[in-house]
Amino acid sequence: MRRPRRTSATSGPASPFPATTPLLRDVSLICVADGIVAASFGAISVAGGLPWWVPVAMSLLVFAGGAQFAATSVVLAGGSPVAAVAAGALLNTRLAPYGFTVASITGRNWWTRLAGAQLTTDESVAFALRETDEGQARRAFWTCGAILYAAWNVCVVLGVLAGTAIRNTAAFGLDATFPAVLLALALPTIRDQRTRIASGAGAAIAVALTPVLPAGLPVLTSLAGLPLLARAAPKRRNGGED
Amino acid sequence: MPLVAIIALAGITYAFRLAGPLLRDRVRLPKGADGLITAATAVLLVSLAATQALTQGHGFAGWARPAGVAVAGLLAARKAPFPVIVIAAAATAALLRLAGVS
Repeated sequence: MRRPRRTSATSGPASPFPATTPLLRDVSLICVADGIVAASFGAISVAGGLPWWVPVAMSLLVFAGGAQFAATSVVLAGGSPVAAVAAGALLNTRLAPYGFTVASITGRNWWTRLAGAQLTTDESVAFALRETDEGQARRAFWTCGAILYAAWNVCVVLGVLAGTAIRNTAAFGLDATFPAVLLALALPTIRDQRTRIASGAGAAIAVALTPVLPAGLPVLTSLAGLPLLARAAPKRRNGGED
Repeated sequence: MPLVAIIALAGITYAFRLAGPLLRDRVRLPKGADGLITAATAVLLVSLAATQALTQGHGFAGWARPAGVAVAGLLAARKAPFPVIVIAAAATAALLRLAGVS
């Protein structure tokens, strides 16, 4: 899961070659990287005991890596489906500002808007944002979105097929992979001290409440760490006062 | 995970995605919403990772799993490739269990 602002820095100087070549090359690279994430998702989900159609349906319908991992891991940890949906939905709130960003790209037709909405991801928005020309941005968005949708879902199915072959998940250490993936997804979003403090506090609250709250709920209580952001905010602007 | 939960998550997610294209001309996102959402995402992901690394049910998960996740965290902080991170997490936990650490 890449953040748009980071990839914008990777756009190099103007190339003498046709614009399609680097676009397709870069989209392919992203698809390989995300394909591995998708295959892991499919494999870990079924190895953890979910039926094959759960990761497949979730990928087709939800199509958001972080939320898919989050919701599935809540269920596999014994949490209720409501808690799983809440965790996944909260992670996906970031897609709302993306939608405002690419609204001009998905066009005025109702059907391109509907299709474009489903293809709005960290990656497709990042590809659109690194183009300065609107036509190029449109092409980058649709190319990345469509190819990534296909690649993501194919790779989830491949992962499911591989995952059904695994019997003893604890012996293979597979239970460590879900939190590992979530941590790998989280680290790039932590860019400043305030977010680090809020995340640490949130995690501490969630872990401390796990013994007493029903499964799935402790994670949502971690959002109580967010007010620490606001508390630390004026500090930075006024040069520190306490 | 029941199908209805998947459909609910898909519906909510799609609504977030469609809000921009539908409301762009009428509504403007409040300033700072973007930053708050990014922070909330980080808090949720870190907390999910922490609770799942450390706990199983209502108790402690044992040492092998958090050790695997810690190795993965170090590799991720050093920007290691994704497959390396995932395999290192699993291998660390598996090897510790093989050695009798649970």
